[in-house]
Amino acid sequence: MLHEHSLTALRDMLRRREISSTELTRHCLDRIAQHKNLNAFVTVDESGAMSAAAAADEQLARGEADLLTGVPIAHKDIFCTRGILTTCGSKMLENFVSPYDATVVERFHQAGSVTVGKTNMDEFAMGSSNETSFFGSVRNPWDPNRVPGGSSGGSAAAVAACLVAGATGTDTGGSIRQPAAFCGLTGLKPSYGRVSRYGMIAFASSLDQGGPITRNAEDAALMLQCMAGFDPRDSTSINAPTPDMTTLLGTEVRGLRLGLPKEFFDTSVDGEVLEKVRESLAVLERLGATLVDVSLPNSAAGIPCYYVIAPAEASSNLSRFDGVRFGHRSEHAEELVDLYENSRAEGFGEEVKRRILIGTYALSAGYYDAYYLKAQKIRRVIAQDFETAFEQCDVIVGPTSPTTAFPLGAKTQDPVAMYLNDIFTNTVNLAGLPGLSVPCGFDTAGLPVGLQLIGKFMDEASLLSTAHQLQQETDWHQRMPEGC
Amino acid sequence: MEFECVIGLEVHAQLMTQSKIFSGSSTAYGASANTQACAVDIGLPGVLPVMNRQAALMAATFGLAVGATVNPVSVFARKNYFYPDLPKGYQISQYEIPVVSGGSLEITTEAGTKTIRITRAHLEEDAGKSLHEDFHGMTGIDLNRAGTPLLEIVSEPDLRSPAEAVAYLKKLHTLVRTLKICDGNMQEGSFRCDANVSIRPRGEAALGTRTELKNINSFRFVERALHHEIDRQISVVEAGGAIVQETRLYDPDADLTRPMRGKEEAHDYRYFPDPDLPPLVIDEADIALIRSQLPELPDARQARFVSDYQLSEDDAAQLTGQSEIADYFESAVEHAQGESRLTANWINGELMSWLNKSDIGILDSPVTPAMLGQLICRIQDKTVSGKIAKQVFAALWEGDSDGDVDAVIQSKGLTQITDTDAIAQAVNDVIAGFPDQAEQVRAGEEKVIGFLVGQVMKATSGKANPQAVNELLKKQLLD
Amino acid sequence: MSISEKDVLRVAHLARIRVSSDELGDYQEGLSGILSLVEQMHDCDTDGVEPMAHPQDIQLRLREDQVTEPDQRDAMQESAPQVDEGLYLVPRVIE
Repeated sequence: MLHEHSLTALRDMLRRREISSTELTRHCLDRIAQHKNLNAFVTVDESGAMSAAAAADEQLARGEADLLTGVPIAHKDIFCTRGILTTCGSKMLENFVSPYDATVVERFHQAGSVTVGKTNMDEFAMGSSNETSFFGSVRNPWDPNRVPGGSSGGSAAAVAACLVAGATGTDTGGSIRQPAAFCGLTGLKPSYGRVSRYGMIAFASSLDQGGPITRNAEDAALMLQCMAGFDPRDSTSINAPTPDMTTLLGTEVRGLRLGLPKEFFDTSVDGEVLEKVRESLAVLERLGATLVDVSLPNSAAGIPCYYVIAPAEASSNLSRFDGVRFGHRSEHAEELVDLYENSRAEGFGEEVKRRILIGTYALSAGYYDAYYLKAQKIRRVIAQDFETAFEQCDVIVGPTSPTTAFPLGAKTQDPVAMYLNDIFTNTVNLAGLPGLSVPCGFDTAGLPVGLQLIGKFMDEASLLSTAHQLQQETDWHQRMPEGC
Repeated sequence: MEFECVIGLEVHAQLMTQSKIFSGSSTAYGASANTQACAVDIGLPGVLPVMNRQAALMAATFGLAVGATVNPVSVFARKNYFYPDLPKGYQISQYEIPVVSGGSLEITTEAGTKTIRITRAHLEEDAGKSLHEDFHGMTGIDLNRAGTPLLEIVSEPDLRSPAEAVAYLKKLHTLVRTLKICDGNMQEGSFRCDANVSIRPRGEAALGTRTELKNINSFRFVERALHHEIDRQISVVEAGGAIVQETRLYDPDADLTRPMRGKEEAHDYRYFPDPDLPPLVIDEADIALIRSQLPELPDARQARFVSDYQLSEDDAAQLTGQSEIADYFESAVEHAQGESRLTANWINGELMSWLNKSDIGILDSPVTPAMLGQLICRIQDKTVSGKIAKQVFAALWEGDSDGDVDAVIQSKGLTQITDTDAIAQAVNDVIAGFPDQAEQVRAGEEKVIGFLVGQVMKATSGKANPQAVNELLKKQLLD
Repeated sequence: MSISEKDVLRVAHLARIRVSSDELGDYQEGLSGILSLVEQMHDCDTDGVEPMAHPQDIQLRLREDQVTEPDQRDAMQESAPQVDEGLYLVPRVIE
């Protein structure tokens, strides 16, 4: 079936004109409608997609194919898109239409891809289960009673259910990698600064990065190729050329030193998850990689540090949602203070409000040094731990998440338990490094397990080629959920 | 008890960039509401700031001009608070590490010359404007000004009188205009001032509780507002009360200060480094380049005017109070073949009075430096008297004869009568016409000679050289 | 570590989020739980460590001083809750 093909394969089929973009896009839209129960999309842009597909077909007929001409993709609803809703999973932006396109969205336009819609997400990307969305929970295609992970849960569910072959996500503490792991996908969080943040609604500016969620590493490389690159509109964008990720995929893992931090392989991790991770490492070892024991001694401080820095930045980033220039405005706004307090109380959900409050607290007079400044110091300690570990290895490996996908509602009453999902992912954001989750097996419940690869700064190529080599030897990434 | 006041000023100078500090919107004044507010300025979701190079260079220029340290690395921070004219809910400013630290300005008042220390100057973005006219009982928000680059210049509390505060402010005003980093237009809010004011018994070292005075945006208001606030504080203390630390607004119509509503709650700005903006680096090479391009500073120019043009300190100070006036002077002197003192007198006197009457700046003066210089030459070569020159000046101001000085003199027949015969004729006529007065002079009442000179001048429509008339009368009546 | 009701209300006002009296307890509990987690930071020795504000060690890029944004008011105000004569309207502000 058409939808079973990878992004790269579809791209090639379009180029060879074996299929048309109109046909493929129609197929995707039909599947999205069939799988509405997953709640993967907030907005489906049927007319926009069909006209983009028609234009792509004309372009293909002229033999002028760009990187992704005619390929349907979906954007996480955190990326601003001109002309269609951008909600960020929030009531606050329920009716918000951005007057401009995010740089990432623009680049996909330029590459010729067809945007079929905007995917569901945790509200303002704050969550690890996609249950904080104002538009309802997303279901995991592998088990509809379980979460898809978050915050890019809609993107992960859409790709896992083969509604689209690739989707964008964003990752502030694990929001690409954890849902990729929960849904059996390949998800890449690039190095901080690799992908422009312009037009990507900010959660925690010093941690946020956009990246691809796809079925395999080859597709992730292709999407990254499209997304990455210098953007003068983002002062933290790195002014360096993007290597050709797709040609680097062939790099052998022979001689590659894989570092296993002992802190990532302790008893807090589900036994089956550890087992699958070790099995995949054995595959890589067989391909000539060497396994090295390393240590990231301060990882335990990662979660507390992250839950100061991310909410602190968020508390400031989300101040612009005040009911004055855009977004939800309360009907109870007689006085200015009511306009602010009621619009924000009504427009934001519980988790977002909790994080704004904790972030405000951490920055407030008398607490700044003990919380925010302390967290910034720990951040350096954590970054230095990675540097030290990378003296002994090329790529750090471990589980993406301590468990596989958990049941809907299991952790919604306990924010702290939810936060601990990010224990292996958020230190990577704190250090600004690239991280990738690749499928490495299934537990006995039939749920996917993710292996996380962490690279040196700007070394996405090693992560993608390692994942690609693993995928030449394994077929976990080719399995599909029942009924999809 | 005798009190002394302690004043520190915070001046917000809008930098004269074309575009905003973090966006490509225009900074031009006076556009229709919100037509110069792009996605970045209104803080749309997803937008990011990108810093304007010119704003950084202008800040560094100021630092060098006041002898401050231009910090090689400075950090932008977010100052968080909610206000409708602050679109993002935070202002991008500099907090712990500003672009400029230290420096000083020297001021001169009747009390003498004094050095006022500058604490710091930092870059930040301006807020928008709240328009309180009635919009269905609501306030309207115009964000055209939001994101205009500001340099906030903070002085140490070194000022001890409203007069010193005004002197400091004027000095700063001249400096930023000379440096061409701020147009100094106070009506348009390009140069704004807040003051921190406290009082203490004279001789005491500890500072009293201060109030912050806002909205004192003209030199006149500064002095009045400060006097009011100082008097208010003294009467509170003398009545046994205590000064409350608060922000007060100067109301120029009522001519009083009152506490600002809505600002009474304790501030907790939650400053933290802006994660969207890496540190601003100004390196040695930048500094060297800026230093090499610094214009002559007002103090140096004043000193040069005294030594090179033999002007009095007062004249030099007046001329260098605005760099455009000083420029005008130097150009006019050149056209006046080096006659500097007379040129200075004409600029500080006649020209200033015409400019004030017409309420225009010197750059818009219809009498150009070339015209004034030419006119000075005609005074010098006695073609016209000083008095007649004023008539010529007036004609030039009105645009007569396309500004050709000689043509004006010719066409109006204002050439001074230097022809002795013609003057002698007039003198004789006057002696004949006023025999009583002539007799008085002959009898020794020399004062009366002034009357006769006046009559001769009148008879010659002022064109006779008064000195020559005087001499001739004396010769006729006394010799 | 627990946070007092008074602190919750103080922070909620700073953040301009209305917290009603029946929500107060939940917030207090939720925030206290997070703070207990956050307190674990203090197990980590950071003596002499420089704070790290940015994940990269880069300096600010500067753009040339050019006007690149034309008037886009209509597009910018399409999503605005209340505008009149090009102005964003808010309840009367008293200075």
